[in-house]
Amino acid sequence: MIIETDATDRGGEETLRHYELNGAYDEMFRGIDNPRKQYRPLHNLLLTLGPGELRRSKQEADQSFFNQGITFTVYGNDKGTERIFPHDLLPRIITAAEWDTIERGLTQRITALNLFLKDIYHDAKIIEDGVVPGSIIYTCKHYRREMRGIKVPRDIYITVVGTDLIRNPEGKFVVLEDNLRVPSGVSYMLTSRRVMKQIFPSLFQKCRVRPIEQYSQALLQTLRFLAPEGRSKPTVVLLTPGSYNSAYFEHTYLARQMGIELVEGRDLVVHDNIVYMRTTFGLQRVDVIYRRIDDDFLDPLVFEGGSALGAVGLFNAYRAGNIAFANALGTGVADDKAIYAYVPKIIRYYLDQDPILENVETFLMSDPAQRDLVCQRLDQYVVKAVGESGGYGMLIGPHSTEQERSEFREKIMAQPRNYIAQPTINLSTAPCFVDGNIEPRHVDLRPYVLYGEKITIIPGGLTRVALRKGSLVVNSSQGGGSKDTWVLQN
Amino acid sequence: MLSRVADSLYWMSRYFERADNAARVLKATYGLILNPAKFSTEERWFRAVSSLAPGAAANNVDPQRALFLLVTDPEGAFSIMKCISGARENARQVREEISYEMWEHLNRLFHDVTGFVLQPNDDAGAMRVVSLVREGSYRLSGISAATMNYDEAWHFIQLGKYIERACNLCVLLDAYFVVDKHADDLDWVGLLSSCAAFEAYCKACTAELKPDRIANFLLLKPEFPYSVRFSLDRMHEALTSISNLSLSRRTEKIERLIGRLRSMVAYVQVGEILAGLHKYLAAIIEQCRELHAAVHELYIDYPIEVAFQS
Repeated sequence: MIIETDATDRGGEETLRHYELNGAYDEMFRGIDNPRKQYRPLHNLLLTLGPGELRRSKQEADQSFFNQGITFTVYGNDKGTERIFPHDLLPRIITAAEWDTIERGLTQRITALNLFLKDIYHDAKIIEDGVVPGSIIYTCKHYRREMRGIKVPRDIYITVVGTDLIRNPEGKFVVLEDNLRVPSGVSYMLTSRRVMKQIFPSLFQKCRVRPIEQYSQALLQTLRFLAPEGRSKPTVVLLTPGSYNSAYFEHTYLARQMGIELVEGRDLVVHDNIVYMRTTFGLQRVDVIYRRIDDDFLDPLVFEGGSALGAVGLFNAYRAGNIAFANALGTGVADDKAIYAYVPKIIRYYLDQDPILENVETFLMSDPAQRDLVCQRLDQYVVKAVGESGGYGMLIGPHSTEQERSEFREKIMAQPRNYIAQPTINLSTAPCFVDGNIEPRHVDLRPYVLYGEKITIIPGGLTRVALRKGSLVVNSSQGGGSKDTWVLQN
Repeated sequence: MLSRVADSLYWMSRYFERADNAARVLKATYGLILNPAKFSTEERWFRAVSSLAPGAAANNVDPQRALFLLVTDPEGAFSIMKCISGARENARQVREEISYEMWEHLNRLFHDVTGFVLQPNDDAGAMRVVSLVREGSYRLSGISAATMNYDEAWHFIQLGKYIERACNLCVLLDAYFVVDKHADDLDWVGLLSSCAAFEAYCKACTAELKPDRIANFLLLKPEFPYSVRFSLDRMHEALTSISNLSLSRRTEKIERLIGRLRSMVAYVQVGEILAGLHKYLAAIIEQCRELHAAVHELYIDYPIEVAFQS
């Protein structure tokens, strides 16, 4: 690897010269030249490091990601060029007190959402009691009629969750989105920590950062907990769509870290409602499937016909109680963006508590009064399609053109149930190393929650960064990158 | 282990061995054509090419073009780059089965090798790729041996490596001995170097280069890693270990095939085989193919009904 050297290495203070606060909550600075306490060690380090040194560190980190094969393939030429996922060099730091709120808030929220899922696929009391209208639930894209009356192992629907939090201008964490189907990204959290320890060892030690390396053990334990009764030594597997899936690296990484088999649909055989995998020893029974495939592709007999990703008969084995899925099927109904608006009510209904983490104010376009209000001032709102993820199907009002707005207005009118609107929130900013300078960029936070015998939240998560200046979209499909997230001991 | 995974490990290993074989042969033969000697450059190349890629040899391509194609041709099934890509692609499918260090090394080698943009007449560049693969191959062997569990995955990797090596050695020996009447010392040095065997041979038999001794060394020497005998012994070990892990499988056919193969090199003297060498080598290759098919049928692609019967 060629190491660039910067002949005119400027002093550290120079790199911070372009740091402008823009009204968003800044993770590092209270005001100009006034870093928050938790960021002081990093700030001091930045004052001593020049851009040349930072660039070298960045290259070292890039090379490390590249060699580990943490890459995605850019198709378009014959060779298929490989790129690493964009990431930023500087850690995002969260204090113990902030984390405590997040932990309690997420535990509460996930507990309630799990009760909600059990309820709507059984007695549907919440609809009967008029808290959430049945019309919204039954029209969800991810509502699975087939799940009615099915008892899922341990009554746990959402085993693995990645909730997206943002920090509003007052500095409060609020929930932007619940990801209850097959959340990804946890391997970036784990691998970038490994790289950061290499690059900033003494800063890391000085900050007293809580460890996240126990994630894989915790995940395995959680998955084992779901095993059908009587299976004392359950076989757990991870089901992947295959090596062409963009998250394939993560699937192999987690399987290896847990020491379980990584299977594809074609490795599975169902016989008499028992699931087996095809091994060199013959067929071996499978008890728990951590599936990284969407509901629709799991079993061509029940869902999408002709899908080669799943295996025939999986759903019947599930119904017979011979196999556990993590996550259960049909959980997408609870992360529908229209249902999201009801989550505070859902928490109050099942737990009789006030939500610890608030929602972003959300307007349902199916409600005529709310729709009129939003459609008049579309330039002030973010409009989202309810069943989409990854930053697709979205209008960001303040950054949109008149034409885009009128297109969206028509879409909303045509299918109001399909859209929600939220006020544009100025996400908090964190320092990023961009083009030789340190500049603020907007970030969010996705902590990972495991629901097994108890709820476990790994202290950390994926901080996603909108690397384009001024951009509020952090999704990797839209020019976003990631950062390591340090949760401090105390 | 999953059948699909065993299959990928086996092919990862075969492809890698195939790339390494091509690199070894090209390196030795390239050294050979730099000297003026009895055999013309073209004929030497023809021999190397015919041992590496049966199809391309028939086309009688010119030497420089052959080097270029054998190193980098993305279409040719036998080019070094193609084989390294194949090894890496198979490794990518089973990343959780091989050690992190192995993957990182193989991945880096893949990027280093495929990153080369070669011009058709850049001999020195092509030889740099060859050297990368040679070094990479030794390193991979070391890393694998030092970081993997010696379990089923390891045995399938060994099986792939040595079945490929045994076949490649037979093809190479055939290409050299078919014309041994005209061969000079330089040719024999070329053959031995193609098998990374020059020093080892000299140690065992002195620097006197005699065709029958060379054949004996490369075919029947149980102690030398690039001999046919050594490769078949390792295949036998791997197959026995795999079969011992799963007592329920019916391994008689495989045992018979590998037993017969080993007897071909274990209970024979070189004088007996030199007269019919071409047939003898072809028989070994054919039996390796049968063995490959039997392994596939028993462990990888067995019918489900059979699995429920046992």
